[in-house]
Amino acid sequence: MPTSFIPTAADLLRLSPDIVLTAGGALMMVIEPLTSAARKARMAVIAALLIAAAMALSVMAYSDPGTSFSGMLVVDGFSTFFRILVYGCGLLTVLMSVDYFKRERGSESGEYYVLIVFSLVGQSLMASANELVLIFIGLEVSSIAGYIMAGYLRDDKRNNESALKYFLLGSFATAFMLYGVAWVYGLTGSTNLDTVRRAILGGAMEQSGQMLFVATALMFVGFAFKISAAPFHVWAPDVYQGAPAPVAGFLAAGAKAAAFAMLVRVAASAFFPLTGRWEMLMWATALATMIVGNFAALRQSNIKRMLAYSSVAHAGYILVAVTAQSEVGIAAVMFYLASYALMTIGVFAVVTLVASKGERFVEIEDFAGLVQRQPMLAIALTIFLFSLIGIPLTGGFFAKFYVFKAALDSNLTWLTILGLLNSAVAAFYYLRVLVVMYMKPAAEGAGPVDPAGIGIKAAIVASAVGTLYLGVYPSAVLDFAGKAAQLVK
Amino acid sequence: MTLLDIVLFLPAIGFIIGLLLPRENNELIRRYTLGFSLVVFIVSLGLIGAVAANPGESSFVTDKVWIEYPSIRYHVALDGLSLWLVILSTLLTPICVLISWKYIQKRCKEFYAFLLLLEFGVIGVFVSLDLFLFYVFWEVSLVPMYFLIGIWGHEKRIYAAVKFFLYTLTGSLLMLAAIIWLYNKSGTFDLLLLTDMIQKGRLALTSGESFWLFLAFFFAFAIKVPLFPLHTWLPDAHGEAPTAGSVMLASVMLKMGTYAIVRVCLPLFPEASREAAPYIITLSIIGIIYGALVAMVQPNMKRLVAYSSVSHLGFVVLGIFTFTQAGIDGAVYQMLSHGVSTGALFILVGYLYERRHSLEISDFGGVSTPAPWLSTVFVITTLASVGLPLLNNFVGEFLVLQAAMQVNILYAVFAALGVILSAVYMLWMVQRTFYGETPDAVKHHVTDMTGREWAAMIPLLILMVWMGVGTQSFLPPIRANNQKTLEMVQPQAPAVAAAETPARHAGEVRHAH
Repeated sequence: MPTSFIPTAADLLRLSPDIVLTAGGALMMVIEPLTSAARKARMAVIAALLIAAAMALSVMAYSDPGTSFSGMLVVDGFSTFFRILVYGCGLLTVLMSVDYFKRERGSESGEYYVLIVFSLVGQSLMASANELVLIFIGLEVSSIAGYIMAGYLRDDKRNNESALKYFLLGSFATAFMLYGVAWVYGLTGSTNLDTVRRAILGGAMEQSGQMLFVATALMFVGFAFKISAAPFHVWAPDVYQGAPAPVAGFLAAGAKAAAFAMLVRVAASAFFPLTGRWEMLMWATALATMIVGNFAALRQSNIKRMLAYSSVAHAGYILVAVTAQSEVGIAAVMFYLASYALMTIGVFAVVTLVASKGERFVEIEDFAGLVQRQPMLAIALTIFLFSLIGIPLTGGFFAKFYVFKAALDSNLTWLTILGLLNSAVAAFYYLRVLVVMYMKPAAEGAGPVDPAGIGIKAAIVASAVGTLYLGVYPSAVLDFAGKAAQLVK
Repeated sequence: MTLLDIVLFLPAIGFIIGLLLPRENNELIRRYTLGFSLVVFIVSLGLIGAVAANPGESSFVTDKVWIEYPSIRYHVALDGLSLWLVILSTLLTPICVLISWKYIQKRCKEFYAFLLLLEFGVIGVFVSLDLFLFYVFWEVSLVPMYFLIGIWGHEKRIYAAVKFFLYTLTGSLLMLAAIIWLYNKSGTFDLLLLTDMIQKGRLALTSGESFWLFLAFFFAFAIKVPLFPLHTWLPDAHGEAPTAGSVMLASVMLKMGTYAIVRVCLPLFPEASREAAPYIITLSIIGIIYGALVAMVQPNMKRLVAYSSVSHLGFVVLGIFTFTQAGIDGAVYQMLSHGVSTGALFILVGYLYERRHSLEISDFGGVSTPAPWLSTVFVITTLASVGLPLLNNFVGEFLVLQAAMQVNILYAVFAALGVILSAVYMLWMVQRTFYGETPDAVKHHVTDMTGREWAAMIPLLILMVWMGVGTQSFLPPIRANNQKTLEMVQPQAPAVAAAETPARHAGEVRHAH
């Protein structure tokens, strides 16, 4: 029991990134109505600075790892990795959203950047919470901001559909999770991950094994929804297709990374004693997710929808590493999410540009002859697509390599073979985009792509360089992930 | 930094410089690529001396850490097996530039950039001694070829390119699983270290394990070779690729498969290789005869040559799995010969296509009247390809047949049938194309060879004769290296015999020199 309710300096430092983002976001909301329409672009700069500050603070906080606020929050390598990852995703999203709203609505929009900042607070809490209720709060903060972002262009029917679907299904799934948390509390008397674990080890399993399993299953529904694992993935294609392209990128990269962080932490700490029971469930979910994602993506003609199914498939590959239930597996999950974030944000940034005003050009066929019209953009997209396929010298290759290595380490031979065959299937639909880009002439009506703003250019270049860097020198990130994976338990 | 590193990375540097050249100036891009690839070729000639002096061992070794954990090393070296394949790759690249001079008119810059990237990939495959690095290059070489077929190919190019990519990728992903499995067992990707561990029994694989691992590797390589019945991507890829693509594919990329069988499968899984040998030999003989029969009825010249590759590569696989000195020597020699003569055939078919804009044999006839020199060169190349003595293919085929005879006379009988059939389909094509009545379209369009076209063919013609007559210039390094491979794959001899082996080995090497 806490002896004092006054937080110590260490407590505050460990929470400081979230404090800065929350306070800064609130301040942005206050000054937003006061800024003139012409100056609203400055909100993007403020948001970027806030995120950069949060990133720096999370690195500082890592110099003194530990728990704070009576074990509710934990700063270790794992949470720091994911904090930096989601902040990075946020930063890239801010960069690629600059000019997007000017293009779509004729004016920049300050609230949008506030929503990104708040969403990041939620995601960072999901990654660093050591407590089921706090995890739930983080999830809700991040999701609610995400619901609004998905429907941000409220005059656009597709945005409305996307936001409504995301909201209805999302709140349904989080309700499941909350119900699961309540069961866990009832069975173990705590929502703290360490205490839950000790309670399970200390006899809760013998007394109420079946009920505990139901509780974890209920929570797993919530997790599976957020990481878009089959069969809880059906929202993803509609939401990604309807949402503004930068938002879709943000949801696929940042929100997914945070959701995986929370899944891995809960599975590897509180419910670690139940590993044996989780394994079959994870195995089947991973396989189903890969198969559903890849085979559905084969049939898509809309590139955003195809990328949505591809993100489902990638969730499947990551689940393979989660199934491995080992430190190598956790490191592989971390590396995969980092490289996936880079390539998926890069792809969505290119899609944002090619789509043009009103997102008119989002069919795969609209990419015809892109290499002639916009060679640099086409080269960047080529790098991202090869990374998504998993061709060597890109981050995507090492990500797949580490995932399947972890799986083989844990004797998941069949899952590995089926996963690898799945990624051969996946190559087909990515190749379709490459075929259209390189081998088909541009359509008659297709004009030149709108000139790119500096922000989105920077986002694309940063993602491409990052993807190649991870493909040639994966050691730095992987070493950190490897060390961080040991601290989780 | 050894000479080999330079030869390996020069094409990659050339690729990057090529990307920076101005898009509009096609002439500059062609000249640059030709000059650059010639420089690479000349530099690569410097590799021969050191390897020929010490062919059984690795020369130009570089072994550096690439990634700390898992331990992935940049380990490259050259020995008697890989030497000529590297030289063949560096030789064919400038030749491919020459033959594409007029053929490729659209999107020149990308074409030549991809050609150099391809050279980088294939050289990498031939020199890597770290399985992971090997896999990286294996995949890297896939990408430029995919674009070469898909952008500059004929009518059904996209279908062919995607088929090629997916076939190879599926195979190589299974190989990746096997590579990771080996790493998890042994803690290393290093091929030499792994071989050593397996030979000395420090890495014990159960027979089931080594069977499945062998199969995973072999499947990836057999798709690339291609071994019947995994060959179906090849006629499409060859038939649709531009001439330079067909040449690189047939002469170099198919050899990646057979090379890898000798380099990886045999030393790592000797027992599994021996057990699988009868089945693999059967498949390769089916491939020899099937390829020849299908080639016979092809109306399209390029597809005919493509199917002849299936047949010729069957000989290579047959030779390897006889596990005799003559067999493997013949197989490796046949790899090189096939690279030279089939490459030349594709080039000549490409010349005909540039003139007549058709690949159908029925659109030709009597070409020898308007183009006597072209016909002469074509006939010489054909004779080389069907295995006429004193020309290059004869040597390899003879050695392979001799080895097959030692193992099982039936193998030799059926394989020899393939040699006869190859004479039938090749000579029949020559007859229908170059002799007989000359249709008007041929008279008007077909001209004789230009200086540039001669420049591309002469090195290959010289090699055809040289490799047929001067076998001793090429065979000793190959032989010395194969001896080592064979020792690994032979059943473990009793201790006494094993003690004698080094002495005998040394004697033989001296003798071979």
